[in-house]
Amino acid sequence: MKNKKATIAINGKSVTATAGCTILDAAKAAGISIPTLCHHPDLCDAGVCRICVVEVDGVKNLQPSCVTPVQDGMEIKTHTRRVRKARKNILELLLSEHYGDCNSCNRSQNCELQTLAQDYGVDEYAFGPKKEREQELDKSSYSIVRDKDKCIQCGRCIRTCQDIQGIGVFQNTFKGEKVTVDTFFSDPMMETLCINCGQCINRCPTAALQEKSDIENIWDAIDDPNKHVVIQTAPAPRAAIGECFGAEPGTSMTKKLNTAIRQVGFDKVFDTNFTADLTIMEEGTELLLRLKKALTGKGDIKNATLPMITSCSPGWVKYCEHYFESEIDHLSTCKSPQQMFGAIMKTYYAEKTKIDPKNIVSVSLMPCTAKKYECNRPEMNDSGYQDVDYSITTRELAQMIKQAGISLLETEDSDFDHPLGLGSGAGLIFGATGGVMEAAIRTAYELVTGREVPFKNLEIIPVRGMDGIKEAELTFENVLPEWDFLEGVTAKVAIAHGLANAKKVLEKVEAGTAPWHFIEVMACPGGCLGGGGQPVPTNNEIRTQRAKAIYQEDRDLQLRKSHENKEVQMVYEEYFHSPCGHKSHELLHTHYKKRGK
Amino acid sequence: MSKNISLFNTINTGEALKSAVKNTPEEVIQEIIDSGLRGRGGAGFPAGLKWKFTRQASGEKVLICNADEGEVGTFKDRELLLNCPLTLCEGLAIAAYAIDAKKAFIYLRAEYTYLKDKLQQAIDQFKAHSTIEIHIHMGAGAYVCGDETALIESMEGLRGEPRFKPPFPVEKGFFGQPTSVNNVETLCCIPHIVLNGAKAFASIGTEQSTGPKLFSVSGDVDKPGVYEAPMGTTLEEVLKKAEAKDTKAVLCGGASGLCVGRADLKRKLAFEDLPPGGAIIVMNSSRSMIDVMANLMSFFEEESCGQCVPCREGTKQLLRFINKLKTEKVIDQADIDHCLELAETMNISSKCGLGQSAVNAFLSILNTFEKEVLNQKESVNEK
Repeated sequence: MKNKKATIAINGKSVTATAGCTILDAAKAAGISIPTLCHHPDLCDAGVCRICVVEVDGVKNLQPSCVTPVQDGMEIKTHTRRVRKARKNILELLLSEHYGDCNSCNRSQNCELQTLAQDYGVDEYAFGPKKEREQELDKSSYSIVRDKDKCIQCGRCIRTCQDIQGIGVFQNTFKGEKVTVDTFFSDPMMETLCINCGQCINRCPTAALQEKSDIENIWDAIDDPNKHVVIQTAPAPRAAIGECFGAEPGTSMTKKLNTAIRQVGFDKVFDTNFTADLTIMEEGTELLLRLKKALTGKGDIKNATLPMITSCSPGWVKYCEHYFESEIDHLSTCKSPQQMFGAIMKTYYAEKTKIDPKNIVSVSLMPCTAKKYECNRPEMNDSGYQDVDYSITTRELAQMIKQAGISLLETEDSDFDHPLGLGSGAGLIFGATGGVMEAAIRTAYELVTGREVPFKNLEIIPVRGMDGIKEAELTFENVLPEWDFLEGVTAKVAIAHGLANAKKVLEKVEAGTAPWHFIEVMACPGGCLGGGGQPVPTNNEIRTQRAKAIYQEDRDLQLRKSHENKEVQMVYEEYFHSPCGHKSHELLHTHYKKRGK
Repeated sequence: MSKNISLFNTINTGEALKSAVKNTPEEVIQEIIDSGLRGRGGAGFPAGLKWKFTRQASGEKVLICNADEGEVGTFKDRELLLNCPLTLCEGLAIAAYAIDAKKAFIYLRAEYTYLKDKLQQAIDQFKAHSTIEIHIHMGAGAYVCGDETALIESMEGLRGEPRFKPPFPVEKGFFGQPTSVNNVETLCCIPHIVLNGAKAFASIGTEQSTGPKLFSVSGDVDKPGVYEAPMGTTLEEVLKKAEAKDTKAVLCGGASGLCVGRADLKRKLAFEDLPPGGAIIVMNSSRSMIDVMANLMSFFEEESCGQCVPCREGTKQLLRFINKLKTEKVIDQADIDHCLELAETMNISSKCGLGQSAVNAFLSILNTFEKEVLNQKESVNEK
C-alpha cells in the first residue's frame, strides 16, 4: 500500500504521484506551484489558512491541497476563477487584520503575505482602511520580540514550539474573531518557558516574531572613537549569510565576510572556531576526568556525573534547566564557545594588547537568538565586565552590511585577525549537528591512543546527518599508559537536535537507562546551521546545503583537530596552563540554575 | 403507515436490546440502513452506514452520543434527555453492540448541566440491562463542538477545533480510534426501529427522509415547544400546530439553516428540501430582517473557532457590512458584490460546516428580503 502510485490530472496534465501524498506535494513534484501560508515543510499541516485551496472534480467545495491526499483518478485544477477569487478574498481578509508598516518592516521583501498580496494583485484596503497599531510590542525577552498586530494566526509558531521543541510557549486563545496566538495567561515572553531558540521567528511568514535587534547599539559603539569593537564569527552564519544577498544556500562566505565586517567598521574580526577548539580541550578533558572518576573512583573532579551532555547550545541549556532540572549535573560545566571568547577577550586579549577592557565592545555573530539571552545571563561576567556585549544574528549582520552599502558577494577575501583568529576544521563543524561530537572524538581518541581516529579522512560519518537522534560507539584499544583505565572501553555516544528529540534522550537519562557516556544536544534542527537567527526561509533542503558547505570547508583545511591549534596551545602556555585548571575554571566554566517548569 | 411510531412512546426498557442481540451486529446495522434513518443532528448522514464504516475500521471502537445541542433555536434533544433517558441508553447499547464498542460517552452541553444527575440515574438504572459503560462528558459551552471532530478534540482535552477530514472519525476519531458520533434523537430512534422493524420506520416520511422527526418551534408563535411530525411535513403544518400568526419569515435549521418567507411555507421539512435539523424560529411582520441578519452573524463571529481565515475574518467582515446596511442609506453596488463574493468564498473554502454554512441565513435573507434589507424601508415587502 505504502508505495502505491496514483495517476491524477493537474490542470489537465497527467501526473503520477505516490498514493496518499498531498495534492500540494504531487503538484510540487510536477512543477506546479500552489501558494501556501500555514504550511511549512518542517511542520505538520493544519490546513487553516485556506490559501492553498484547489478545485477537485466532483467535489462541491474547494479543497485545501496541503492536507488533501491524492486519490487515483483525481482531477485537480489549481487556478480556476473560483480558486483565484477565494485566494484573493482570503488575502484581503488577512490584510484587513494585519498591521502593515511594509516600508520599514524588517521582513519586507521576505514576507510571505506581502509576496502573495503582490502575486494576486490584492487591494490592501478592500475591507476598509489600514489597520492601526493596537498592541504594544512585547520586548521583554532578550531574544525575541513579538508584534501581535502583524500576526495572521497561521499557527506555525505554535506548531514549531510544540512539535519541534516540545515546549508549547504559544497557543490559540479565545475564539471567533477574538482568537489570538498568545502565551499562557498572556505572560510576557520573558516570563514564559521560552528557551529563546528563535525557531518560531524562522517559521513566521510575517514579522509577528522577530529577533531583538542590537544593530543600533553596535553602530553606536562603532561610531565611538574610544571603543575597540571586536567581533567573533561563528561557522554557521558564514555558511548561510550569502542567502541574504541572493547566493545559493550552501555558499561559504567566511573570507568575504571578514572583509565586509572590517568595511562596516569593526576593529577586529576573530573566529569563534578558536574557542570551539578551546571548548574541545576543556570539555574533552572534563569528559576524560569524569570517566576516570567513574571507572577508577580516582581523580579530583567533583562532578563525575555520566553521561556528560554538551552545554554549548544556550536554548538547550535553558530547556534542561526548566524541564530536567534534576539532571543539570549532566551538563558539561564548559561555557559555550561564544562565552569562552567573551571571557578571553576582556582578560587575556586586553592584557596582551594593553587595551582597557572597559573600552572593548565584544560582539558575536551567531546563527542563534538564544545567544542574546546567553550573553545576558548574570553569571556571564567572569572578566569583570559583561563578557559578550552584543550577540547578533546572521540576519542582523546582513542588514548592517546592506546599510553600509557593501556588496558581500563581490568583496575580496581576507583572513581573520590574530591571535584568536585560528580555528580548526573540528571547531568549524560545531555548526552542524554531530559536529561537537565529531570534534571531541577526533581529539579524545588521539589523546588517549596516540593515533588518529579510525575513520577515512577523519570523517566520522555515523555522527553526521539529519536524523533526529543518532548513536555511535568507539572502542579504545592500545591506549597510552596514562589512560590505561580506558583500555577496551567502548565509548557510547548519542546526538540529538531539536528538543523534542532531546527530550526522548533525556527521559532515558532521567530513568537511569541511558547507555551513553557522552551526549551532544543542539536545540535547533540540523544544529546551529538551522538556528533561529539564520536567514529565512530555512528548511531541510537548505539545512542540508549549509551542512555540505561546512563539511567541505573542514575538508579543505590543513588544521582539522582542535588540539593541534597553535593559538590554542599558545593561550594555554601563556595564560591558562592546563585544561580544566584553576584559571580555566575561573573564566571558561560556569554553573547552572534550576528554573522549574 | 403500519404503526404509529413516536419517540416518546413508552417502551419496556431492555426489550429492544434483547431483540437486537438475537441478531448479528451486521444484521442490526443492515436493519438500520434499511430503515433509512439519517442523522438527526442536521447533516443527515445515514446512521447505519456510519456504524458500518466504524465497525469495518480496525481499532478499539468508540461510541459518542452528541448531546451538545447547540444549534440556535434547537431544544428537542433536551426533551428526550428529560423524558426518555432510558431509551437513549438503550439506543447506545444497541449501537455499541452493532459497532463493537465497549465504551460509550454522552457529550452533554455545558448548559445542560442540570440534566446530568437525572441522566446519570438513568445510566445507573440501565446497568441492569447491559454491561456497556456509559460515561457523561461535559462540554464547555462552544457552539463549534457540535461538529463531531471538534467535539472529539474537546473530549481529548484540546481546544474545540474541527479537524480536517479525511480521515473521518469512523476511521480515526477519539484518540485515533474508530468512532461513531450520533445525535441524541438518532440514538432514540434506534430502539423503536428495532421493535417495530425497518419497514415500519421507513413507511413514515418521504423516500429520502424517513421516520418521525422532532421540531423545536420558537419565536413569534403562541405555543412554542417541541413538536413531533413525520419527515416531509410542510412548514405550514408545523407552524399551525404552534399557532404562528402573521408569519413573515422562518429560520429553518437554526443559525446555520435557511431563512424563508411566506412563499415557502408549503415547502417540506426534509433533507431534500428545507433543513429538517429541528430548529424552527418564527418571525412575524414586526421583525426587521436586517436585525435578524446582524444577530445571526454576530453569533457566528463569536462562535467561529477562529482557526481558518474565511470563517474567522469573513464573519467579522460580513457583520461589518450588515451594520453598514443598517446605518447607511445608500450602499454601493460594488460593496454588495464584494460581500456576495466573500460569502461564496466562505461557503466553499471554510474548513468546517460552521464557516461553510455561516452565510446560509445571510444569503437567504438577502435573497428573499432584498428590498427590505437593501433599501432600508420599514415595510415588510418581500419577493
